[in-house]
Amino acid sequence: MSFLNNVITGVSLGSIYAIIALGYTMVYGIAKMLNFAHGDVIMVGAYVCFFAMNSAGLPPVVGVLLAIVVCTALGVVIERLAYKPLRAAPSLAVLITAIGVSYLLQNGAQILWGAATKTFTPIVSTDPDARLVLIPGQLSISYVAILSIVCCVVVMAALTLFTGQTKMGKAMRACSEDKGAAQLMGINVNSTISMTFAIGSALAAVAGVLMCSAYPILSPTTGSLPGIRAFTAAVFGGIGSIPGALLGGVLLGVIETFAKAYISTDLSDAVVFAVLIIVLLVRPAGLMGKYVPEKV
Amino acid sequence: MKKINKNSLNGFINYGIVIAAFVILQAAIGMGRLSNSLQSLLVPACCYIVMAVSLNLTVGILGELSLGHAGFMSLGAFSGIVASILLQDLVPMAPLRLALSMVVGAAAGALGGVIVGVPVLRLQGDYLAIVTLAFGQIIKNIIMVLYVGVDENGFHMAASSDHFNLSADGTAIIKGPMGAVGVTKLASFTAGFILILITLVVVQNLVNSRSGRAIMALRDNRIAAESVGINVTKYKLMAFVTSAALAGAAGTLFGLNYSSTVASKFDFNTSILVLVFVVLGGLGSIRGSIIAAALLYVLPELLRSFDIAEYRMLIYAIVLILVMLATNNEQFTALMGRVGGWFKAAGKRIAGWLKSLGRTESKGKGGTTNG
Amino acid sequence: MKKKTLAAMLMAGAMCFGLLAGCSSNGGQTSNPPASDAGTQESQPANQGGGFDVVTIKVGGIGPITGDLAQYGTATQWGAQIAVDEINALNGPIRLEYDFQDDTGVTDTAVSAYNKLKDWGAQVIYGCTTTAPCVAVAAETFADRYFQLTPSASSPDVTSGKDNAFQMCFTDPGQGTAAAEYLKSTGLGSKIGVIYNNGDAYSTGIADAFIAKAKEIGLDVVATQTYPDDKTTDYTVQLTACKDAGADLVFLPIYYTPASLILAQAKQMDYAPTFFGGDGMDGMLDMDGFNKSLAEGLLLMTPFNAAGTDERTKTFVETYQAAHNILPNQFAADGYDCMYAIYEACCQLDGIADMDHEQLCDALITLFTGGDFSVDGLTGTSMKWLESGEVSKAPVVVKVVDGVYVTQ
Repeated sequence: MSFLNNVITGVSLGSIYAIIALGYTMVYGIAKMLNFAHGDVIMVGAYVCFFAMNSAGLPPVVGVLLAIVVCTALGVVIERLAYKPLRAAPSLAVLITAIGVSYLLQNGAQILWGAATKTFTPIVSTDPDARLVLIPGQLSISYVAILSIVCCVVVMAALTLFTGQTKMGKAMRACSEDKGAAQLMGINVNSTISMTFAIGSALAAVAGVLMCSAYPILSPTTGSLPGIRAFTAAVFGGIGSIPGALLGGVLLGVIETFAKAYISTDLSDAVVFAVLIIVLLVRPAGLMGKYVPEKV
Repeated sequence: MKKINKNSLNGFINYGIVIAAFVILQAAIGMGRLSNSLQSLLVPACCYIVMAVSLNLTVGILGELSLGHAGFMSLGAFSGIVASILLQDLVPMAPLRLALSMVVGAAAGALGGVIVGVPVLRLQGDYLAIVTLAFGQIIKNIIMVLYVGVDENGFHMAASSDHFNLSADGTAIIKGPMGAVGVTKLASFTAGFILILITLVVVQNLVNSRSGRAIMALRDNRIAAESVGINVTKYKLMAFVTSAALAGAAGTLFGLNYSSTVASKFDFNTSILVLVFVVLGGLGSIRGSIIAAALLYVLPELLRSFDIAEYRMLIYAIVLILVMLATNNEQFTALMGRVGGWFKAAGKRIAGWLKSLGRTESKGKGGTTNG
Repeated sequence: MKKKTLAAMLMAGAMCFGLLAGCSSNGGQTSNPPASDAGTQESQPANQGGGFDVVTIKVGGIGPITGDLAQYGTATQWGAQIAVDEINALNGPIRLEYDFQDDTGVTDTAVSAYNKLKDWGAQVIYGCTTTAPCVAVAAETFADRYFQLTPSASSPDVTSGKDNAFQMCFTDPGQGTAAAEYLKSTGLGSKIGVIYNNGDAYSTGIADAFIAKAKEIGLDVVATQTYPDDKTTDYTVQLTACKDAGADLVFLPIYYTPASLILAQAKQMDYAPTFFGGDGMDGMLDMDGFNKSLAEGLLLMTPFNAAGTDERTKTFVETYQAAHNILPNQFAADGYDCMYAIYEACCQLDGIADMDHEQLCDALITLFTGGDFSVDGLTGTSMKWLESGEVSKAPVVVKVVDGVYVTQ
């Protein structure tokens, strides 16, 4: 029974990593850029939802929608001001700018909203007892976890459909393959990448609300650790692969939980990252990534 | 007199800059013109300069993104601290003890470099980056639970406090999350200066050697380099391990500059900080790394002079973004290029003038050689 | 590439020149260090008709006001500020001038912050907020002879071997031992689980001492679980281990942020032992949006109760809330008490106007360890200090009943 419990815990945790990794991999796969500010956009989304619900007393759905709107706008503004001028610059220059944006958002949030930790009110139910009981007293799963798993699957399916079927999605994939060739085919590379950021940031808002519902603490640095975890999950699953991000996130959560339960809580971080290294040595392009040997 | 090779001239300018900075700062200290806060930044700034130059070897010269450079620094810091305490009675002379500890730190860094390098250098790009990130996290996690001490029964090491049976009068060197406490401060600005010079000698000679050219060939086109018979693993490892060893030495200097050091200091953020120095200074530019590390390390501390308290880090972030945008803006670079051109022209004229002074009158037109 | 590099250099260089220029105006003061200290202590006749000379003591504070630990650092900063304002409003013979520098919770930055305060002319050092930076700064103040009083850095490493460093909070081992003794004497909990942060000196310090003492006095510790840092979000595994081991009391020597998650997750898994925490737990009830019913029955050892009814606490809480819009916690109260301890000690010293920081340091050490000096504050009455730098005040255990502390 404790094994099943650990699986449930792991999947719940993993689904949070996965929903962040989905937004991350979107930007990462198409703009080919490590967006270190993604975690901080998540934090902003959670704050917006928090204030909408607690200060303005709006219903959770409105809070979530508001968070999506604000984050999308924020993502577009960041992209326009900080990343777009660097389109031609080396990718590391963009990486450093993203780090600058990350510091800016963290410190800005602290000045605006204070450093004190806030307790997020879960959007599913304010009752901390709310959960689906599978076996009374032994096995249960929280509604937030169910919601985040459902969200993950829906987002994954929607993104796969979007990138596979729609015109914009195809343009995105073209940009990700070869920007120059895409431009020659009449795709507006600039606006396609901006669109990618908008979608990625909207997903960040959803991720922020779900993450803070599952683990209800909120501070200006809330986003920094999940940002790194999402990056790890995205690479684990294979960069740019949408199902890979989901798989990577869930597996990361499960491995972390198992490492804590069966190996050592002291060294759980070390175990998680050691597993990651081993997986990458066996599959150098991640679990679902395509290994493309370079041709001359 | 032969014309000096352009690369070695560049190298000499770097030595010159470092030596001049050292002399000026020492003079300022001697005259009491340097505030305490700036003085306290000298040693860590030296450490970060070495970190930046060594990371540049991996990122700029070898062309592989590393996000775990602080991990090597951590290895160097803690092994160096342990070495310095173990050597306390054997080597009473502080500078020698510091030097030996730094050798131990460099060796630990190099060992870490080999352990990470051998299996993972076959990965590329972002996959290599994530593995180096993972390595940094593993090091941090392990040192965080490590207990090291010495007593009359010898050397003790354990992974938790209950297995750590140090006798009552033993010295605990590393105490888990508390880190290393009660370290005798051995580091000095002079030691930092010498470490920078050694780093420059190592890195510049490596870059300008046959091996260095092989490493850069790998960066520019791996397949082409391989096809002319360059051993990929060997040269990649050479650059990576050298870089790790130098980071280890810098870590030792850093660790021995404070009476206590915790493993959480050497986290992802520190790795990123060093990467910022490297990118801002210019990939592959040693001089850029030196100057960027020195200025950017000191910047947040200088911002204390203004009465801005909690806005300090916000301003730092804005400066970072603006510098990145400006240096990648064509109009701005063109403008700066012109300004740089004037300086260069002026420099050439001065150099020519100096040269002509040193020569016999009949060869007075030496200033027109291209430098 | 090359041009870009050059451009970067020039750009960065130009900016730093501006900064250096800004700095040199400050540097001007520091290059003439307060050799006689006459420069920093304005001896001026008091206008208020008191007939005494007013002496201003410069107190330099250090703590994290940005970054992960900012909430703790700002609390110590603001709490002390209220005390400083009150003291200066007294129009007494001693005034305090207060500057607080950010250390972001990192060792090397803390040492830089300390040196900045030295340049400013600080005579007494207040801080740091967190343990690791405090140990490094205490080594510096010890060498330079500055009196140092920390509100919240609680490891014995802060004070050990340094006669100039004093603490306002309980030491970690002291707290762990007191917790074990309290459990033994009250008989609460037959089987005890411990969950702590093994990446944090404070948490590990209390847990280690608690477990050692528990073994000694025969408490049954059935599960010891750790997590690597306070950003950890999932504690289900640790709680499950405690539950499976049958622990009916879980000791949590951790800060309130992770603790709030632990309480919520225990509730989720139908696990309801008695939770018992250290002083880091104070502040949970004041978290914006926190569901207080989760903390019902929680026991914690805290020296400070924001719902206290005495006049001084009430005024403090009101002022703090008016200024910062949140309730003060134990960090803020310790900071407030630190300033009063420094002030009251300075009031008792003769000839303070002519002392430089070294003489002031020695005089304060003599006074603090003399045995006669005691301070009444928000976190305790008749607080005295031991030779080691440790404070002696009675630990108070409170229980959360209907969302407020009830002293046990």
